[in-house]
Amino acid sequence: MAGTVELGAPQEASDLVRLRLLDVDGTPLGAQPMSDPRVLDALRLMKLSRALDSFATKLQRMGQMGLYGPLHGQEASVVGSAFALDPKRDWMVPAYREQPAWLHHGLSLDRLFAQYMGRIVEARIPEGVNLLPRNQAVAAQLPHAVGLAWGLKLRKIRAAVLVYLGDGAASEGDFHESANFAGVLRVPLVMFVQNNAYAISTPLEKQTAAPSIASRARGYGFPGKLVDGNDLFAVYAATSEAVARALAGQGPTLVEAMTYRMGFHNTTDNPKAYRDDAEVAEAARRDPIVRVERYLTQAGVWSDARATEMERSIQEDLENAFAAASRFAPPDPSQIFEHVYAEVPDRVRRQKEELESFRRDSTA
Amino acid sequence: MPERNFVEAVRTALHEEMERDERVIVLGMDVGRLGGVFRATQGLQERFGSERVVDTPLAEGAILGTSLGLAIAGLRPVPEIQFLGFTHQGFHQIGSQLGRYRFRSRGRYSAPVTIRAPFGGGVRTPEFHPDAIEAQFVQEPGIKIVCPMTPYDAKGMLLQAIRDEDPVLFLEPQRLYRSIKEEVPDGDYTVPFGKARVAREGTDVVLIAWSAAVELCLRASAQLEQEGISATVLDLRSLVPLDVDAIVDAVRRTGKAVVVHEAPLSGGFGAEIVATIQQEAFYSLDAPVVRVASWDVPYPPGTLEDHYLPSVERVRRATQKLVHA
Repeated sequence: MAGTVELGAPQEASDLVRLRLLDVDGTPLGAQPMSDPRVLDALRLMKLSRALDSFATKLQRMGQMGLYGPLHGQEASVVGSAFALDPKRDWMVPAYREQPAWLHHGLSLDRLFAQYMGRIVEARIPEGVNLLPRNQAVAAQLPHAVGLAWGLKLRKIRAAVLVYLGDGAASEGDFHESANFAGVLRVPLVMFVQNNAYAISTPLEKQTAAPSIASRARGYGFPGKLVDGNDLFAVYAATSEAVARALAGQGPTLVEAMTYRMGFHNTTDNPKAYRDDAEVAEAARRDPIVRVERYLTQAGVWSDARATEMERSIQEDLENAFAAASRFAPPDPSQIFEHVYAEVPDRVRRQKEELESFRRDSTA
Repeated sequence: MPERNFVEAVRTALHEEMERDERVIVLGMDVGRLGGVFRATQGLQERFGSERVVDTPLAEGAILGTSLGLAIAGLRPVPEIQFLGFTHQGFHQIGSQLGRYRFRSRGRYSAPVTIRAPFGGGVRTPEFHPDAIEAQFVQEPGIKIVCPMTPYDAKGMLLQAIRDEDPVLFLEPQRLYRSIKEEVPDGDYTVPFGKARVAREGTDVVLIAWSAAVELCLRASAQLEQEGISATVLDLRSLVPLDVDAIVDAVRRTGKAVVVHEAPLSGGFGAEIVATIQQEAFYSLDAPVVRVASWDVPYPPGTLEDHYLPSVERVRRATQKLVHA
């Protein structure tokens, strides 16, 4: 069935209506939720994300960067949801495929590169940036987000928490436990599911027999919204509504963005092993970036010249940030003994000394 | 000075610390209205309300995982897992998440969470309730593992745990919850981690243990005394951090060591202690170190547990054999 999947799952089979506010040809359907200048900002971040994917993949192939997971095709999902948050007020809890969202939430591009280059000191999320570290254990971040939202509520801090997860994560036990906790405790949380149709090679229909992931929310006592995840406006509008509900003390919302991972799972993956080129070509027709460009062209604020200029400045940003990150010194191996505990225990300190003495002897 | 048993000492510590620090919240299954299956949290909800003493849904992974989020929000969660054996339902949230969050974030975030969990056998509980799986957490750097035996230590170490900046697994010996009473002062005091306690002084051999096994060793050593064997009993109090110096010192003074634990023999924390002794005090040993542990089989039904767990008699005979070798 994977070959006939439209953006992840058959809409007709779902018990929820999939929200779409921007048609594939760029025509707005109904009220437009973002001003044109904001749309231009969002477009720049989407295009930066696309450029970052190829830039980082190239660097990984050249051995200058570690494993990288691109979000090619999912830019409207990631950027639209991030734009619905106020970075100064709200918290973002990543999975691992939301790079432009982290940037929008306050992480700088050179620090993002540092993460993928093993520059552990510079990769630290700066104070004041309301972002948790990405979590490679699928779904394990979900209860953290519930707890964080719960804690903010207990401390009477007016803020929402948005947590990212994928369609695969929705099959994990942590998903169930966290959604149930979130409902019972009525926490200010947005569970944002990027349903990109694949968990590595496993297609959605092998992940769940249910018509949607969003429809499960009702079983936990809160609303679930299904949106066209390649539609910037729909993602932004649905997430904004979920954030507003959270801030108003109305509890959690699950937003499922139906999108499609056009690239590979990560730099070790070869998607040709599990899906047809035709399916990817079909998905390309619904490219989320092209859709926004079509809209802006119709609005009269976009042209080839503007596109060229934007792409040039994005490339410049990427190169400058990578150059800055390349100047970060590789970490001293002894730093692996730091930040394990608040204070280094004796036993660990002795092991640190052993490594240091071993390294001294090896270089002598 | 008031006399208290172990569970009363735990309850007193929670009351006093919640009074002192409004960031402390207690969460878990049945901890509120019921006061916990062992009544360790009795009276807390009446005193501090249902926002700070929270009956949660039945989900160990979420109890532990939300505790991490609560800590990031600036609170001091004290989750209760009803039995240590149940932590397997949320195991990944302990070592891989709570234990690594400081490291993963390079110190931007930390997880000052105290996980309270009763464990240990000898009280005829069903499967999973008595499992002594503490060694599994030793392989999870970032978690401190605290296992007091006495009511005095229980209060002082629980206060220390809640104030600690790192996640602490606080193990409570269910067999000793109500069987030992001693003077436990009101008011503030802490017992540091990583400092073993000499529970009994002796010259011929050292019995090394933690939690309920210390009490076993004390009974065995009283019998050994009758037979003319003078045993030191060393209560480790915490496995992480480990008081290596106290172990080495006791081995140097006696030349003979027996390690006793309720967990199965293979891969138990006793193996770590034996390895540490041979590395740090090999030339002080008169004989190989002996281990007395449970067998490498699943925890049997309660009617058979006395044959599974280390007993006073097994400790006594093993020690006799070692001393007279």
